[in-house]
Amino acid sequence: MFDRELKKGSAELLILSLLEGRSRHGYEISQLIEQRSEGTLKFNVASFYPLLYRLEKRGWIEGHWVEKAGQRRRRYYKLTPEGRSMLKQQRRTWQEFVEAMQRITGVRHA
Amino acid sequence: MPDFHEMVRERLRDAGLSPLREVDIVEEMAQDLRDRYDSFISSGMTETEAAAAVAAELRDVDLAQEIMEVEHRWAEPAVLGSASQGHFGQGTWHDLRYALRLLRLNPGFTAICVLSLALGIGANTAIFQLLDAVRMQSLPVNHPEELGIVRIQDRSKASGSFTGRYSNLTTGIWKQIRQRQQGFTDVAAWGTTNLNLNTGGVAEYARGIWVSGQFFDVLQTQPFMGRLISPADDVKGCAAPGAVISYSFWERYFGGDPRVVGRQLTLEGHPFEVIGVTPPNFYGIDVGLSYDVAIPLCSEPMMQGESSLYDVSWGWWLGALGRLKPGWTLDRATAQLEAVSPGIMQDTVPTVYDAGGVKDYLGYRLGAYPGANGFSRLRTEYESPLWILLALAGLVLLIACVNLANLMLARASQREREIAVRLALGASRPRLIRQLLMESVVLAIAGGATGIALAGFLSPFLMHFLDTEGKPVYLPLTHDWRVLGFTTLVAAITCLIFGLAPAVRATKASPSSILNSAGRSMTLSRERLGFRSLLVIVQVSLSLVLVVGALLFVQSLRNLVTLDPGFQRHGMLIVDADFTRLKIPMERRVAFREQLLERIRSQQGVTSASETNVVPLSGWGWNNRVIVGGVVSQGHMDMMRVSSGYFRTMGTPILRGRDFNSHDTAQSQKVAIVNEEFVREVLPGMDPIGKTFQINSYGGVPRFEIEIVGVVANSKYRDLREKFEATAFYPQAQDAEPDPSTSILVRSELDSAVLTNEVKNAIAAVNPGVDIRFESYDGMINDQLLRERLLAALSGLFAALAVVLAIIGLYGLMAYTVARRSNEIGIRVALGAVPAQIVKMVLSQGLRLITTGLIAGTAVAVLTTRWVSSLLYGLKPYDPACLIIAAAGLALVATVASIVPARRAAKLDPMDALREQ
Repeated sequence: MFDRELKKGSAELLILSLLEGRSRHGYEISQLIEQRSEGTLKFNVASFYPLLYRLEKRGWIEGHWVEKAGQRRRRYYKLTPEGRSMLKQQRRTWQEFVEAMQRITGVRHA
Repeated sequence: MPDFHEMVRERLRDAGLSPLREVDIVEEMAQDLRDRYDSFISSGMTETEAAAAVAAELRDVDLAQEIMEVEHRWAEPAVLGSASQGHFGQGTWHDLRYALRLLRLNPGFTAICVLSLALGIGANTAIFQLLDAVRMQSLPVNHPEELGIVRIQDRSKASGSFTGRYSNLTTGIWKQIRQRQQGFTDVAAWGTTNLNLNTGGVAEYARGIWVSGQFFDVLQTQPFMGRLISPADDVKGCAAPGAVISYSFWERYFGGDPRVVGRQLTLEGHPFEVIGVTPPNFYGIDVGLSYDVAIPLCSEPMMQGESSLYDVSWGWWLGALGRLKPGWTLDRATAQLEAVSPGIMQDTVPTVYDAGGVKDYLGYRLGAYPGANGFSRLRTEYESPLWILLALAGLVLLIACVNLANLMLARASQREREIAVRLALGASRPRLIRQLLMESVVLAIAGGATGIALAGFLSPFLMHFLDTEGKPVYLPLTHDWRVLGFTTLVAAITCLIFGLAPAVRATKASPSSILNSAGRSMTLSRERLGFRSLLVIVQVSLSLVLVVGALLFVQSLRNLVTLDPGFQRHGMLIVDADFTRLKIPMERRVAFREQLLERIRSQQGVTSASETNVVPLSGWGWNNRVIVGGVVSQGHMDMMRVSSGYFRTMGTPILRGRDFNSHDTAQSQKVAIVNEEFVREVLPGMDPIGKTFQINSYGGVPRFEIEIVGVVANSKYRDLREKFEATAFYPQAQDAEPDPSTSILVRSELDSAVLTNEVKNAIAAVNPGVDIRFESYDGMINDQLLRERLLAALSGLFAALAVVLAIIGLYGLMAYTVARRSNEIGIRVALGAVPAQIVKMVLSQGLRLITTGLIAGTAVAVLTTRWVSSLLYGLKPYDPACLIIAAAGLALVATVASIVPARRAAKLDPMDALREQ
């Protein structure tokens, strides 16, 4: 229960971070999370898209269909200004949280 | 290649999305699945393997559910570290499901909570429902708020003849009101009566009302069938113009005959034609007693014969109800009525009054009072007992709440580590409180719903508790907005009381301190336990208040039941014999009554039987002043006419002189037997035998010198609760104007069914045309003690419930403390403490709580029980015996409840206790 919530919470930050520079489509985002976490974080389709839609619903990201010649029609997502400030805030919260956890649990990088 | 679109669509079927949104989502996710499929194939999987891998992507999670939660913003769980961002309703759905899951995992806890709440809320709802019906509901008519009751403002000094349940006015006063009032479109009059449906033999009564011609117009009631009584039916001197019947009487007596209009109905031996039926919801204007038959006022003289009050200027038998004209208020109507009162009184002065009586009469002022709730004897009698019961039920609910709060606190402390982690992760405190509260909300809703269902059984049961012989109480018990609002409010307050405090406290602890402590602490935090102890103290003290209240009511009832009224009150049968219809001339009535009495006395198994015109303790009475040596007495003496042998039947000893006998006739010297109180009040210090007095009769009734021939012991006259009053008894045989009816008291060893049959046959043998009514004397007394019985039974039940709840609370706290202190106790035992010391340690904690609770409870009881003093008989509200018994009893059970955990603590194995760490 707690693991799942944690994963969800962290995924939001990951998605926002991946969209910081450029817009991407869903498959691309999920592949990047998997690759960059070297397989630690892996979302299947059924749990990933609801996350994406939730962020969109909150107005932090914005999706639109793009058709390019010779390619399939895809839905691309980009960060909204609100999403951008949220990303900043979440980065800070995570930083604080990780530090707090370290202080309490005594788990530190060697 | 699999159909990815179909795969996604299949998964989304239950999400309830709009078609457009669904197309979008299906398209996007199918694209993704296809990309994955392609990448699986290119990494060397077979098509089957790739298809299976793709299908796995949609498993594990309930997609429809997830999407639904996203699409409905209110269902969104709080965002990590940003609870302030979302709106307040955010995550409610999530919390609710979480709460339901927790409750499902603890069925025992849930059952206890729901049950105790249901009992508390159910009892409150049932009593409130009764109060609502008696006090707050409006009459079932159009615009009841426009109705006003017209009566004399203070009529406590009035004398004359009174009959019916609401004898506010005489015919003369009412007619004058109609002529001179201005505030109402019209003012209707009505009176109550019992109407015998049978002719001869055992009577069967319908609850009748006399109504003036304007009655149904003023109420704006429409007929369900036929027509209603109109001014044309109510003309002075009328015979039997027609009767209107209630819907329930139509169903009961006529079996719902659709052609009832035009059928005959015999009332007191007179044939009436049924002219109409009122609608199903119309029960009349007497709240608590539904009417059966309505007949015009003008038929009263014909029906009542010589006891008619229609033309008697001192005959009080009517109530009046008017409908305000537009723009008029009750205050304005009262002002106008006050202005015309002197004229009305001047024109209606009873001819028989003496100077003092006339002066009082001329001082009467009329007033208009709210009429929306109708008339109600039930309301007068039961309103304050019901409020008291509601308060007691409220206390029970409060105790149940405190109990639950304690349980919730215990649960919250089990979850303190989980809560600390959540707080550390940035969950906001209000959010967590809401989540904890959600559990209480679910419990309160479940308890409230069960409570309403329970009240559905309880309130009719309570209503029928108030039934008296031949008078079933009728109240429209509905779940109107007031009842539902009340229950909702009670449930909400309940939920806040037992849910909020634990939730606030549970989230108050600092996360780091909880996370730092590896396991349980050695001892318990004083502050935390302090709060729970406080709750137990509150429980104990409130229970004491309830137990004291119950003891007061029970003792009060006991006082009345065991009280000696001055006669042997058990095992008598009252036989009311009415021979009005036989039209026996006055001079032959005494002989006829003696014949009836002799016939009954001669029956096998009848020990004794006597006649009286006033059945003691029936509430009826006759009183007057007496004149001794030309001086009119200060007070009124109670009076009754009895046959010889009356005192033997009643078991009242004759202290001096003689009983009445056959030599006391209409022609002989007028005689009387008086009681000790009469002697004390009228002839203090004198030998009463042979002394004479006169009755201060008025209106041309001749006064005789009456000689006292005997003195009897004191006995109660009207009511069990009164003190002994001065009473004079006269012989039936010397009655100058004997009534065509009588009451015979029969004492017998026979079974009541056999006895009534014997008496019925005996009377029929004299004349089969006599109407008879039977009532057991014990039953009559029981009916009078109904209020006391209701209070005693319910307060006793509530007190028992309260004690059980308080004991559960105390036991729970003690057991919890022992469990939490097992480390400490283990160490003490390891260091050499003996079991007795451990028992003493735990027990002393319990005793401290009990003592504090009892002291607080005593204070509250002394302060609050005086509110019930008017409902007590024979004891003071601060009755020390009741207080001591209640406190001692409660202390005893509470101590037993804390001995159990104390002994368990003493048996703890130190090794086990310490290993648990």
